[in-house]
Amino acid sequence: MCGIVGLFLKQESLEPSLGEWLEPMLVAMADRGPDSAGFAIYHNPAPDGALKLTLYHPETGFDWETIAEGLGTAFVGNVDLQVRVTHAVIVVNATEAEARAWLGQHHPDVRITSVGAEIEIYKEKGLPDDVAESYAIRHLTGSHALAHTRMATESAVTTEHSHPFSTGRDLCLVHNGSLSNHNRLRSELERHGMTFQTDNDSEVAAGYLTHRMAEGASLEEALESSLEDLDGFFTFAIGTRDGFAVLRDGIACKPAVLAETDQWVAMASEYRSIAHLPGAAGARIWEPAPATVYAWSRN
Amino acid sequence: MITVDLNCVDIRELNQRLHDLNGDDGRNPWRIVGTDGRHSIAVGLNAPLTVVVEGHVGYYCAGMNQHADVTVNGHAGPGLAENMMSGTVRVTGNASQGAGASAHGGLLVIEGDASSRCGISLKGGDIVVGGSVGHMSAFMAQAGRLVVCGDASAGLGDSIYEAELYVAGSVGGLGADCVEKDVTDDHRRRLAELLCRAGIDADPGSFRRFGSARTLYNFHVDHAGAY
Repeated sequence: MCGIVGLFLKQESLEPSLGEWLEPMLVAMADRGPDSAGFAIYHNPAPDGALKLTLYHPETGFDWETIAEGLGTAFVGNVDLQVRVTHAVIVVNATEAEARAWLGQHHPDVRITSVGAEIEIYKEKGLPDDVAESYAIRHLTGSHALAHTRMATESAVTTEHSHPFSTGRDLCLVHNGSLSNHNRLRSELERHGMTFQTDNDSEVAAGYLTHRMAEGASLEEALESSLEDLDGFFTFAIGTRDGFAVLRDGIACKPAVLAETDQWVAMASEYRSIAHLPGAAGARIWEPAPATVYAWSRN
Repeated sequence: MITVDLNCVDIRELNQRLHDLNGDDGRNPWRIVGTDGRHSIAVGLNAPLTVVVEGHVGYYCAGMNQHADVTVNGHAGPGLAENMMSGTVRVTGNASQGAGASAHGGLLVIEGDASSRCGISLKGGDIVVGGSVGHMSAFMAQAGRLVVCGDASAGLGDSIYEAELYVAGSVGGLGADCVEKDVTDDHRRRLAELLCRAGIDADPGSFRRFGSARTLYNFHVDHAGAY
């Protein structure tokens, strides 16, 4: 069992409230997933041509300055650094391939949790309430966010196994469920040159979507084909640069609720996460149908 | 009227207060507010209480109900009125998966839509759905009736035993061993009576009836000696 929440604000004027509304959504799902928690937030776009990376190192107080300086030397230009607990967001004038190669060579112990222009992914082992507190989620601003509370069933309880998983630039996935064919699928994707950080089944789902989109599929096409290629139970929420999407497998035994007002669209494993949102009492509320892609964006 | 606000009283305390009335004649109606999608509201009641729940509820609302009349003014999460024995449970909105699962008796009314697996393993209760039901509804249903005023999704009545299914709208596909059957005057009369009791305005003449073809039955009394 896990908990998923997603919140998409339809109006820019509401962006200062994102964190304040998201935090109780995440905390309400703590008893669906007390092992670990994570969230992806979309805000503070990097300047044109620059790349925003979220990096993770398990050591609190890790020397991120040295990494930022090294990147600044390697790739000429200002490097912007912001540290949050065990994560750091770095904006650098480099391509994704250049940044990955440099980090892999100089700091192989640092993991990249997200890559893009707006996305930042933070995740941590521990009670969701504690994660929300230590990352001061309530103070975050932004256009949309996804979050996950994890109760591990398929693999170990570590920060690396936690969600969200990056599925490409400005894309991420949170998953409630379990996949049965992830080992075979992982091997197939590895043959296509993909690498995986863990033995987690959800990471394979994220890798699958990344691979399909790298082949030229749209997000919607990749999700449609996942209904054929992924064997197992899933409710997915997928963050995109300007919105988010929701998909349940054909059996749809993993719960999901959607709610929409003029101001926001919210997705959660249970209505408890949505109940506190302003206007929830008058929201249109429904259960997403099986094997059906739902997507929202501002464009 | 006794009003309980779940922002002030926790679910265990509420349910204990209701269980303390088991065997009572329960004349005082109860009103539950502050639901916010909480789970297990009004489960295990065993007295002819009238309970009105204001707002959306989470998992297992009114589960194992006996004798009580529970109304939810809102939507319900998974497992609504699961294993109900008697009494009435009514939801004015929609219900999530597994509504009325394994209900042995009583009447469950969902005025909106019900999701997948509505009436799964039904054992004798009656379920009336004002809207549509999701896939695999009435899976392995053994006895009782499921009445759907809207549409039924794929796999209706898969591996059904002796429950009766009525659908007014379209059927997305019948499950294994589920077939359409004749509707007699007697069926229509009993269906009209059930719709009336459920307070659902639908024409009994507009329903088709489905049930078991009995081809999956492996046990036959003539072979009793073989077991």
